[in-house]
Order: sequence, then structure tokens, then C-alpha cells
Amino acid sequence: MYDVVVIGCGIVGAAAAFALSRYQLSVAVVERDNDVANGTTKANSAILHAGYDPEPGTLMAALNVEGADMARELCRELDVPYRQCGSLVLAFSPEDEALLQRLLERGRANGVQGLQILGGDEARHREPNLSGEVTAALYAPTAAIVSPWEYALALAETAVVNGVKLYLDAPVTAIEKEDAGYCVVTPETRLRTRYVLNAAGLFADDIHNMAAAPAFSITPDRGEYYLLDNSEGGVVNTVVFQCPTPVGKGTLIAPTVHGNLIVGPNNERPAAREDVATTADGLRQVCELARKSVPDLNLRQSIRNFAGNRSVTEFDDFIIAEANGAPGFVDLAGIKSPGLTAAPAIAKKAVELLASAGLALREKPDFTAHRRRVRFRGLSPARRADIARENSAYGRVICRCETVTEGEILDALRAPIPPRSVDAVKRRCGPGMGRCQGGFCGPRIVELLAKHQGCSPAEILQNTAGTYILTNETKGGTTHV
Amino acid sequence: MYDLIVVGGGPAGLAAAHAAWQKGLRRIRILERDRELGGILNQCIHNGFGLHYFGEELTGPEYAGRFIGMLQKTGVEVSLDTMVLHISQGREVHTVSKAEGCRVLRARAVVLAMGCRERTRGAIAIPGARPAGIFTAGAAQRYVNMEGYMVGRRVVVLGSGDIGLIMARRMTLEGARVLGCVELMPYSGGLNRNIVQCLHDYGIPLYLSHTITEIRGRARVEGVTVMAVDEERNPVPGTEQEFLCDTVLLSVGLIPENELTRGMGVEMDARTGGAAVLESMETSAPGVFACGNVVHVHDLVDFVTAESIRAGEAAARYVLEGDTADKKPVEIQNGPGVTYTVPQRLRPALPEKGVDIFFRVSRIFRDSAVRVTAGDAQIARYRREHLAPGEMERITLPRALLEKAAGQPITISVEEADSQ
Repeated sequence: MYDVVVIGCGIVGAAAAFALSRYQLSVAVVERDNDVANGTTKANSAILHAGYDPEPGTLMAALNVEGADMARELCRELDVPYRQCGSLVLAFSPEDEALLQRLLERGRANGVQGLQILGGDEARHREPNLSGEVTAALYAPTAAIVSPWEYALALAETAVVNGVKLYLDAPVTAIEKEDAGYCVVTPETRLRTRYVLNAAGLFADDIHNMAAAPAFSITPDRGEYYLLDNSEGGVVNTVVFQCPTPVGKGTLIAPTVHGNLIVGPNNERPAAREDVATTADGLRQVCELARKSVPDLNLRQSIRNFAGNRSVTEFDDFIIAEANGAPGFVDLAGIKSPGLTAAPAIAKKAVELLASAGLALREKPDFTAHRRRVRFRGLSPARRADIARENSAYGRVICRCETVTEGEILDALRAPIPPRSVDAVKRRCGPGMGRCQGGFCGPRIVELLAKHQGCSPAEILQNTAGTYILTNETKGGTTHV
Repeated sequence: MYDLIVVGGGPAGLAAAHAAWQKGLRRIRILERDRELGGILNQCIHNGFGLHYFGEELTGPEYAGRFIGMLQKTGVEVSLDTMVLHISQGREVHTVSKAEGCRVLRARAVVLAMGCRERTRGAIAIPGARPAGIFTAGAAQRYVNMEGYMVGRRVVVLGSGDIGLIMARRMTLEGARVLGCVELMPYSGGLNRNIVQCLHDYGIPLYLSHTITEIRGRARVEGVTVMAVDEERNPVPGTEQEFLCDTVLLSVGLIPENELTRGMGVEMDARTGGAAVLESMETSAPGVFACGNVVHVHDLVDFVTAESIRAGEAAARYVLEGDTADKKPVEIQNGPGVTYTVPQRLRPALPEKGVDIFFRVSRIFRDSAVRVTAGDAQIARYRREHLAPGEMERITLPRALLEKAAGQPITISVEEADSQ
């Protein structure tokens, strides 16, 4: 019998699991995918917003600002790539400038520190590649960039280290009401629990409806992106937004913590909930919108396109509440932007809701939140020499573009949540993230994974179930290898 | 202190190291990131290599084997499984390897021979889903020819670069069905002989002026949409064709791997994606030479070898005889029809015999002439029946002609015959 089962291990589920793992509780997380952070969490702008966007009084406003503060500390504790680089919202017209003024007031009401309106020349002084058409900009020094999947992974790993049980490849098929709580059913297991946290992202309405009467429905918005090579990473040094529109925060150009430049999103309605395909029109739209901010943007340095779907409901706010008629079943739903920023504050609020529903919280005396990993590329030459001497696996570079060593990949394979696919290795330590997109290192990662899992390379997946890479041995087979 | 460090042990690095040894350098080391010498030749198990240089048809591994055998008779040192992380402007080469950890090697001269990488789906922004089953042709070639695994059963090839053409045949021979080769341009990017021997001979259709406009598939590729494109390369509505396939191979161009070169502050040429070089293959950094696909993408390894021998010999000369920076170079300019030349500049006084100039043309030309002019004067003219962007051209300018140029910039251009 669990105290709490968390459904979904994106950033919200991971943050909730982490928050719960501080207490003497029996907690499980069920994730339908073969990895954590493999949905909306891995496909967004990777921004921690300052908090001037949401209307004061909403959950989004309160949890954005609180979450941004918590993230700073969490990322330091858990060794998550994070940089407080600040953001600019650009104005191109008097109407835009009026909107900046409203954003400034909203931000102040939400408790955002350090907001300031710059003139066009001041903005260009800060970001020389900005368009000459920019007339003013709202500067928010507290905005930050983060590795969203490593953030979620770090929270989930730390939760596991502190005793949380993680079930991967475990889609929830039913939730049965029981006298003392619920039974969460997956194809392999039945998990009995007193409380449920619904952090199922794009599927939070389906999960809710398994336990309670329908109360909301998710109709996702999709955003498409370009990711540019490291050579373009310095085109801007702050997050550069355009003025928000009724449907989103507009197209942005931002550095990433991995040294790339991210450009996007647009805003469109996908044909299906899981349809994260890019489209010719969508990508063209992103290019056009982004060039308004930075006219000389070199999109020929693109290394990847992707799209992500955002959990939009009919309510323009997060849904964080115990479901009607389902005591002990708490929804963390409709977590669209600024969900990544708000996640730790959402988790904190979830724990409070569980406590007020009767869950007793006693802190664990042996809770540890300390995670460190080797990042060879970022080390000084002297430190690189030391570490390669101590462990020769750090001397073998597997991914040439991102300078990822065999040692880092072996570390990932032995981590609390071992990767099960080539992309899961990429999310953990970066091989294949660079300009050749795994063309050179892909076969080496397949080889390392197969060796570690004791299986044939033909069984190794690119990402989720069904994403096989190799079909069969060649006629000559592998006898010569 | 080494006389020469060669970065990369593919065909370019092997030939440069060997040539430098032949010219009298003795302290030479090749640094290779892979587990064996030979570079991409090791996965090119088809034949057709060596016709120019050895006068016979060899496979890729055989061609590499010849040079490895020649090197074994010298004292050239080799470090395998060794990555170069950085080269300083003072030619300090920072390496890391499992065997030796981090090291800094110093050299009197450096030859850059890192080769190239393939353009990916992300580089050309093909819209659609992101399932497994999309490979660059070279990555697929590695799986099939070196690892011993097939990468799919029903294949569409995008791009008609040589590796894509070779892989269309290779996949067919291994039992896959190749549904077609789709090329954006109105002409192939590969060698004509590969179009004939890899597509025509196996009944694989070539769709010129077409492109993939969407990739579909949840987990693995399930199909692609192919459309015809107009003269501006935009898809033409109404020309959609659906192909059911589990694999897409991309052969959409190669990019010289110049991250180390840029890190050294060497002058680059945006047309080639490689360093700008002199006739000796010396870059803008004294004592730093470059050769092979890291300078510009070649079609034939034989030409890589020729160019790399030139680089290796010049590096030896640099070490043994000293800097030649006092000789003033002239620019080689691109006239109509020419997209780039290598070298980009030359010093007329230096070559003993003449200078090989490699270049590519902007479109297909029939019955045409390559003109070499200096100022207003034509100094040479070479007739060509057929010129195509997919086939690198070479002319040799004898020293006597260079003297005629008298220090003026030289322009290479293509002139179509009047009858056209």
C-alpha cells in the first residue's frame, strides 16, 4: 500500500515525487513511457520565466514567481544546467510599448524583481543583433534558461535515491476506487494507494476521468522550433521575446544552456493530442516571426527542428485541486506555460493539498538532495587531465560534436534511472545533441547500450517503444565484426 | 617537439604524412579519433577507388590499405582512438585518449585532415514527424558494412550524393527494396557513373526536381510525401506522391569539419566551408596546412591523395627550408559559372612545375570552355564537353602561364560554346 502514487513523470510529476521524497512516505511514480521527461517537458522553450506574463491573482502568477525562485536553488543543489540570463520583450510600435507598460505593472503586482523598460538603442546596446525596428523593450533580469529534461531527470533521480519507486513503461489503464483510497492499474501492476497525484500532462483529463466526473478537457496547442548550431549560440545573450498575443508569449530567440540557439515557437492546433510533427508552414512562420526580432538570423545553421504540445484546457489557469467527488485524488492539470518554471511550486502546493486532505508529513532524517555528474567539455584543461588519469574512460571521446566521453555515458548507464534508449542517453549526457545529430556516435551508443543491457544491437531503441533502429543482420551477419 | 602533426588518419592524412616523410621529415605523428586508420574508406567496400592514382580499381579498404602499408615502411608514429580537442595558434595540439589521457603535443607544422560530416535532416529542415529510421547515408553505410546490421527494408533516398547512390545499391543487394532516389535539383549531385551503376542497373527511379515534403510515422518511419519542385525549388501543389517506407536515407551534402580550424582563427572560405589555402595547401596560419575533404568536398579519393601529397610536401619544405611568406600571392577569382576554386590564391613564383586548380561549376554546361584570364588577357582556355556541379573539375596551370599573369588576379570562368 502506497501513501501516494504520482501519475506521470514529466517535470511536474518529477517535482512532486521529489517534494514527497523528503517525507517518511511510501511513494510510487508511474510513467507510461520508457523514460522520464519524454513529453512536453523535453519539447518547449527551456525558459524559466520571470513572471510578468500571467494575470495577477491566478495560480500561474503566484506559482511562476515562487517556482522561479525555487528553481535557482534546486538547479544548484542537483547540478542542473541553469543560467540566469535575463529576458527582453521587444516592442515595435506604440501599441507594443503600451503593452510593455502593462506587462511591467503586471510583473510588479506579481512580485517580479528588477523589471525595467529600455529604449530601442539601450536594447540594441544589450543585444547588438536586434532589429533596428525595435523601439523599446521590457528587461527582466530574473528570467533564466535551463536544461528542462535534465531538470526533471535530476528531480526524479533524487526522488528515487530517497526511496521513491519509479515504474517506467507503465501506462495507467484504470483507477479503481477502494475503501482506503485507490488502486492504480497498469498492464503489469496494480498499485494500491491512499492518495493520487495526477500529473499526466497532455492526458491529465483522461486520467482525471478514470477517478472522477469530467471537469476539464485538454486541447493542446503545438509550437514548432528550430535549434541552431553552437556557432550561433552567441547571437543573443538574453531571452528575446516579442509581445505576447492572446494565444501565447510569442516567438522567442534564446541561448540554450547547451550553447545552441533556440528559435520558436509558433502556435497552432495539432490534428491529434500526440501529434508533434513539424510542418512546412509552421517552420516558415517561425522563420518569419523570428527574423522580425533578429533580421540576420542564420537558419542555415539549423541542426534540428522539433515541436511540442502544451496542455491547454478551457480554463486559462493551472488546475491544482482535489477532484470533485474523488477525495485524495489531486489534479495537477492544464500545466501549460509557465509550467516548467512553476513546477517546484506546483509540487509544493500539491503536498500542501495532500496534507490538508489528511496525509501526515514527517521529514526523513536521511533525505539527501545532492547530485553531481562529470561534464568533460566544461572542465578546465587541468581538471580534464586529472579526471582522464583517474579513470581512462573519461579519455575516450565518443561524441565528437559535443565532446562527450565514454566515462560520462557509463556514468549515465549506472545512474539511479538508467537510460533505456539512444535518446535517453542523449538526454542524460548529450551524445548526439550536436551538429552531426548522432551520425558518427550513434553506432557507438548502440554498442554501449547493447553491451550494458546484455542484448543484441538490433534490440536497441532510438527512443520510445517501436522505435527500432536496426532490422536484421546483413547476409554476412556480424561474424566478421 | 614534432616536425609535423597530422590531424586525421583518413586518406588525406595518410598521404600527407607519407609525402612529408618522403621529403625528409622524420618526427611525424598522425592523430586519429577512430579505432583504425583509413577513415571513411573503411566503410566504402565498393570498388572504383584508385583509377587515377594506382591505375586500377580498388575497394575503399584496399585503397586505405595501400597507404597504410606504405606508412608502415616509414617511421611515422600513429595515435589511434585519440581526439584532438584544440590547437593553439602556436601549434600546440591538445589531445585526449583512453591510453594516454590528456596531452599537449608541439609541432613545427600541422596538417589538418579531419574530413567532413554529413548534412542531417535538421540542417535541411524536412517537416513531419520524428520517428526512428531516418539515417544519413554514411551512418547507414557504417551500420551495414562495418557493424553487420541492416537499417531497413523499404527505403527512400533523399539526395543523389555519391554515398546515397552507393547505399541505394548496397541496400538492394542486402535484400531491401529501394523505392526511389529523390533529388531537389534538376541534376544529380553524384557522379554519372554512380547514377548508372547504382540506380539504372537496379531499376531504381531517380526523381530529379523533387523533394520529400513530409515524413510520417509514430515510432518508426511509415511513409513520406514526395513532391515536384518548381525552378525556385518550391513544392508544386498537386504533385504529391506517397511512398510507404520504413527508412529514409539522406545524401544531401557534406560539410567540412572545421571546428578545430575555426578555433585556431584560420581564415575560412564560405563557398567551400573550408580554410582558404595557397597553392601549397597552406592556410592563413603559417605552418598550418589543410588537405582533403576538410578543405573542400571531393568526389574522388584519388584527387584527395594528389592534393594531400602536395600539402605533405609543402609542410616538409616549410619545416626544412623555412617560411615562404615573403612571396606575394595573387587571388584566384570565380568568374561566371564557377562556384569556388581551391586553392583560393597562389604564389606564381613558387611552384616548381605548375599548379593544379580544383573547382566546381554552378550548373550543367555542354560543349563549353574553361577560361583562365589575368586582368583582361586570356592566358589559357580548356575545352570541356560536359561540366556538372556534381563532378569536380581540375585544370593544371603550367608555371610559364602563371608568369604571364604578372601578379594580376587570375579569374576562372566557364563559357558555353556559341552554338548553344
